[in-house]
Amino acid sequence: MNIPSLTISSVRKGLADRTFSAVELAQEALAFAKAENPKTNAYLTFSDERALAAARAVDAKLADGEDPGLLAGVPVGVKDVISTRGVRTTCGSKLLEHYIPPYDATAMERLEAAGGVMIGKANCDEFAMGSSNENSAYGPVRNPVALDRVPGGSSGGSAAVVAQGTAVVSLGSDTGGSIRQPASFCGCVGVTPTYGRVSRYGLVAFASSLDHIGPFSRTVADSATVLTAIAGRDSRDATSALHEVQDYAAAMQQPLQGLKIGLPKEYFAGLANETGDRIQAGIEVLKKQGCEIVEVSLPHTEYAIEAYYIICTAEVSANLSRFDGVRFTTRSAKAETLIDMYKNSRGEGFGAEAKRRIMLGAYVLSHGYYDAYYIKAQRVRSLITRDFAQAFEKVDALITPVSPFPAFKLGEKVNDPLQMYLSDIYTITGSLAGIPCMNVPCGTTAEGLPVGMQILTKHFSEDLMFRIAHQYEMSGGFSA
Amino acid sequence: MKLTEEQVRYVAGLANLTLTEAEIHQYAHDLSDILTHIDKLNELNTDGVEPMAQVLFAAEETATLREDEPRPCLTNAEALANAPVSGQGYYKVPRVIER
Repeated sequence: MNIPSLTISSVRKGLADRTFSAVELAQEALAFAKAENPKTNAYLTFSDERALAAARAVDAKLADGEDPGLLAGVPVGVKDVISTRGVRTTCGSKLLEHYIPPYDATAMERLEAAGGVMIGKANCDEFAMGSSNENSAYGPVRNPVALDRVPGGSSGGSAAVVAQGTAVVSLGSDTGGSIRQPASFCGCVGVTPTYGRVSRYGLVAFASSLDHIGPFSRTVADSATVLTAIAGRDSRDATSALHEVQDYAAAMQQPLQGLKIGLPKEYFAGLANETGDRIQAGIEVLKKQGCEIVEVSLPHTEYAIEAYYIICTAEVSANLSRFDGVRFTTRSAKAETLIDMYKNSRGEGFGAEAKRRIMLGAYVLSHGYYDAYYIKAQRVRSLITRDFAQAFEKVDALITPVSPFPAFKLGEKVNDPLQMYLSDIYTITGSLAGIPCMNVPCGTTAEGLPVGMQILTKHFSEDLMFRIAHQYEMSGGFSA
Repeated sequence: MKLTEEQVRYVAGLANLTLTEAEIHQYAHDLSDILTHIDKLNELNTDGVEPMAQVLFAAEETATLREDEPRPCLTNAEALANAPVSGQGYYKVPRVIER
């Protein structure tokens, strides 16, 4: 079987026709992923035992004539910030090198309940902080499309395994663009659902008001199916939404005729480059589908990065305080007193970017600065969210680029944190508003590097977002 | 906004982080750069705008009240399995109270 060309529906068909069993598929997928992994370093850990147990459960259900689930037998990569019972979860950090979670994240539990077969844990920036996957303590991931380039971040490994073909789909997490940007750099589909659509229980917390779990895949239909399997209310995450989960893949068939699509002018100013050309070509595809294209304005866009880096670092400094040498595997050997144990364990365990953000967060929350920074940023977040609400009174969806440029070379931006932060400009706004947004491939540059187009819709309008993405894919948009 | 190395040391203390001299020097530079950029927010008048404390405003989306029913939790051994140092069913830390 040709592992890199599998989709959820081709796996379903193969199992139904008895072309292969789930165990055979899991064994072959594991062998293939292990052989291919040295090229990209996309997987940090392989989970053979768990994969084979999950595959055996699928085969048993098939043998008994039971429904084996939406994701039956599908080989999945899971970002290493998502807790997996009995399978090492490092968060890309040296501090958690030996951490074995005693429980599953809800998304993982649901993935497996739907028949999904996790074959390994995907590399990522430390605690999901970064835009290039170069902040992993286990070495960077190489972009499968161009091995001297970054895969994007922070879910670089999750994007790479799908692009490389060593998983059919994967789970990533997105706080300010960490699913959409690597999906755009690697040329695959990546989805950030509405905030609260997927439970965050068991996702190691980075910035709780911004963290999302979402899927990567090579087709729109596959991401839609994964989201249907993992979404929904979870009593263990009080911010998870009660809103009814739809069969997103079933809702995508309707043509786009008559839809109004907005282009936020702030996102297209200064985009006179190859990325801009590819996005324009993508917009032409939507026009041909009968969409009406109109210009809209999101006037507070220019303040998004500043607000985001205040809010996310404030939340990070609080969330990462739990890593103090007491509960999570690593304690400094150089500690006589309790306070030194905290300080040294953290100082030795965290990487440079994690420390930078913890420091920034501690500063903006410190006495005398809380109102000036944190509350100010929360007010700006309200304005950015209001911008979207006003735009969605006029249009059904928005189209923007995902990144101002395609995948850059390894090492190119690693010494300039501010430039790295500024590259998140197009993805951060949707994260702050908590609306669903996704990347779809949109052709390549002359050098052959993928360009990504972002589709954004109202809260809980994933159905419309997937419909636009699917119709766009069906009419050749991925190679526009 | 420029941060001095003295301020960086103070913040590192708040954050419970031991930093090397080289790190203190580096972060004074990096954080000053980022904070200078962040000062841009002061251009914007936000008087009368409510801070956005949560994403889903509609209460029915995340109504959190439920029956208070006992459920199994991690066992003591599971909870301690990742502890760097434990004993007698507890996490062990350096002595806190001097005799």
